[in-house]
Amino acid sequence: MSATLLSIEALSLSFAGNKVLNCVDFTVSRNAIASLIGPNGAGKTSLFNCMTGFYQPQRGTISFDGHDMIGRKPHVIAALGIARTFQNLRLFREMTVLENVMSGMHCRSEAGALAAIFATAAQQAEEREIADFTKHCLAFAGVAEAEWNRRATTLAYGEQRRVEIARALATKPQLLLLDEPAAGLNTAEKDELITLIRRIRDEIGISVLLIEHNTALVMDVSERISVLDHGEMIAEGTPEDIQENPRVIEAYLGEAGEEMAL
Amino acid sequence: MILSDIIAQQLVNGLVLGSVYALAALGYTMIFGVIKLLNFAHGDIYMVGGFVGFMILSAISSLVGEGWIGIFCAMFLSMLAVGCFGVLIERLAYHPMLSAPRLSILITALAVSLVLQNAVLALTGGEHTAFRTDLGFDGVELGTLFITYNQIILVASAAALMIALEVFVAHTRYGRAMRAVAVDKDMCRLMGINVETIIGVTFFIGSALAAAAGTMAGAYYGSIWYFMGFLIGIKAFTAAVIGGIGSIPGAMLGGLMLGLLEAFGTQIPGIGSEWKDVFSFSVLILVLVFKPTGILGKSEQERM
Amino acid sequence: MATALRRAGHLVLRFSRGPCSPFMRRAGVAIILAFMALAPFVLHSYGIVILTNALLYIILALGLNIVVGYAGLLDLGYAAFFAVGAYTVGILTLNFTVDFWLTLPVAVFNAALAGVIIGGPTLRLRSDYLAIVTLGFGEIVRLCARNLSITGKATGLTGIEQPWIFGWHIDTPRDFYYVFCVLTVMAVIVSTRLAKSRLGRAWLYVRHDEDVAEAMGINRTTVKLQAYVIGAIFASIGGAFFAVNLGAISPQSFSFSQSVIILMAVILGGMGKIPGVILGALIVILGPELLRDIGQLRLLVFAIGLLAIMLFRPGGIWPGRI
Repeated sequence: MSATLLSIEALSLSFAGNKVLNCVDFTVSRNAIASLIGPNGAGKTSLFNCMTGFYQPQRGTISFDGHDMIGRKPHVIAALGIARTFQNLRLFREMTVLENVMSGMHCRSEAGALAAIFATAAQQAEEREIADFTKHCLAFAGVAEAEWNRRATTLAYGEQRRVEIARALATKPQLLLLDEPAAGLNTAEKDELITLIRRIRDEIGISVLLIEHNTALVMDVSERISVLDHGEMIAEGTPEDIQENPRVIEAYLGEAGEEMAL
Repeated sequence: MILSDIIAQQLVNGLVLGSVYALAALGYTMIFGVIKLLNFAHGDIYMVGGFVGFMILSAISSLVGEGWIGIFCAMFLSMLAVGCFGVLIERLAYHPMLSAPRLSILITALAVSLVLQNAVLALTGGEHTAFRTDLGFDGVELGTLFITYNQIILVASAAALMIALEVFVAHTRYGRAMRAVAVDKDMCRLMGINVETIIGVTFFIGSALAAAAGTMAGAYYGSIWYFMGFLIGIKAFTAAVIGGIGSIPGAMLGGLMLGLLEAFGTQIPGIGSEWKDVFSFSVLILVLVFKPTGILGKSEQERM
Repeated sequence: MATALRRAGHLVLRFSRGPCSPFMRRAGVAIILAFMALAPFVLHSYGIVILTNALLYIILALGLNIVVGYAGLLDLGYAAFFAVGAYTVGILTLNFTVDFWLTLPVAVFNAALAGVIIGGPTLRLRSDYLAIVTLGFGEIVRLCARNLSITGKATGLTGIEQPWIFGWHIDTPRDFYYVFCVLTVMAVIVSTRLAKSRLGRAWLYVRHDEDVAEAMGINRTTVKLQAYVIGAIFASIGGAFFAVNLGAISPQSFSFSQSVIILMAVILGGMGKIPGVILGALIVILGPELLRDIGQLRLLVFAIGLLAIMLFRPGGIWPGRI
């Protein structure tokens, strides 16, 4: 088993002639907590969308755990072990918290229509397993039990973020992509998020890659940081390297320069 | 009849049919462009246009006669009336649904279609109404080919309407705004474009063109009934999809192509006229499956 | 009067919305089943025929509900699958003298096959394109039935024999009523179980947000295709029994307005909710019987009702969330 979990080489993506990603190289190792940062519009979410099969890059390779991921459908990629959350919360709005998280178990269960119609023993057992693991994921992500049967959108914003993470965990991934998980969270919630990210890696052994604007959180939690600017990877290294990298400071000047100076 | 005659004759038939399809397809494509709604009621707007045109013609025939002049007057008034009716439908039925799930607005459009159809059914008793005109059957003979004046006038007026639309969309403020709204509604709001007005204008024009097609087709074929919008609705949609939905020149092209395809399709041995509609529906399904973006439609990766 | 009405409304609400106790629910089901079993003894034969027809529409509406209510796919040609079932049985029993019970699996197979052929390539399309493709497909099937000689052209097929089961000849309206009762109960059970299953949840996920469902590992195309095919199977079974019940079928029974009526049943009562769909089917079939005068206005009344439901109460008449 190689130490690299995900490796991207020379990835290019464009929309109607506009280059969004230009020859990006990028790796995530096993058991890592890594971050992807960069100014708005740098192409971070587009890179996530390439990794999860929502965008088809024009050139380049993505390999994950020995599989070539180019051209694969999002649901196949989820089954292979990449799970994600979304930048602007995308819970199934009309459904309960439990139902939301159950969706993650879909690719880890197999009962079909006939099994359901005849309510076979195997199907019943699988349903119990789905329910149990769903609750386990919710408890792990710190969603209070009182909330489980409520409609997802009636929860507080921070809770909804945790439900999204629980839903991603329910797919039993090897790599978890978090798209701006701290956006809109207060200080206490951010601290809880950092703890949760560490526990996901340490206790379950899932690698975590996050896109984040909150520099303090990124510097605190990540072991490796990659910086994307105008669709190009301009730096990669430990938090200390990145903080001192002149190209990174330049890229951020005018937008988040002051923040970086902290 | 020799083969070249059959071809020429079917070319004429196809053009006539295609002009009607194209006029109706324009409304589909324009409305789809601005609010991304497949307006199931569009075929029934065409039908209502035919009936309104007929009623107006009956009322004013003593003044203007029942020839093409009378028909044009009736058509013009029917376009105005049905255009306003289209705007009314948009305001009452579609507008409250614009932010609802797509399934809801589709069902709403279907409901509007059913209300129109069944209201006219209730009013007419489901009988065919004779669209009485005094259009003759005169025409010009080109060799063995015979083209009636009616066919020439119908195709020419359809072409005139389409040219007028093209000029409007390409060169006026409203036309520009309409194209902008089709691309990005929110940005248009920020730029100070009154999106609601533009949607209204689009419904007006689309419905008016359908009314024009309904009146002309009614006069040309000599009969109208409550269900005539059903087939035209599907076929105009097919035409819009063939051309590339959202594209105005595409709708014109698609309409003509479908008209010609049908005219020639029914000449293929073994495909009698009873299979004509099966033929068109199959074309529709094949186009949607193999080239859903149509001929002039843009294909692009969907952005999340 | 007003207060009495309101109080009654509250009662209905409390009973239907739950959370009612399992005992209450079981008691409710038992009462309904008892009514169904005893109805033929109090009704005239015409009443039995109408009730049988209502049961048929409950089965069809429950099937379409899987497609529209669960998976969120607008199917405007649902009557086509109804036709496939009916004509398969008609043709096989008349032309090839196959026993009805042997034609039933063929009818199911044909409908499933038609579902795969039509759904397979088109379910990837935008939902509104799908609606129009299904409409086109419905018309193609009807026109084929009208124009082919094997389907009896416009007059259709007549003299379809009524089936025997274990030496019992199912031939009176009352017999058929009970057969449709059994079918309806089965349809309700299958619908309920599917709704609560992994597949049923997947339909809801895909309906609510296709992209997120995909990201969670749900293959939207196969999930939708399963809904489409299961819906088709419901319709074909309904069609098969419809054919032997009437003994005659003709293309008129499978027109666009047939598809529309079934769709109205699903939406009026409340798509995605089994009791709602049953209520919708009862309204659509029994309503015109109660108001005999409306005649030709029947569809207009329902169309206006449909529009009003969409504008003011998109969840349908039955209370509760979808």
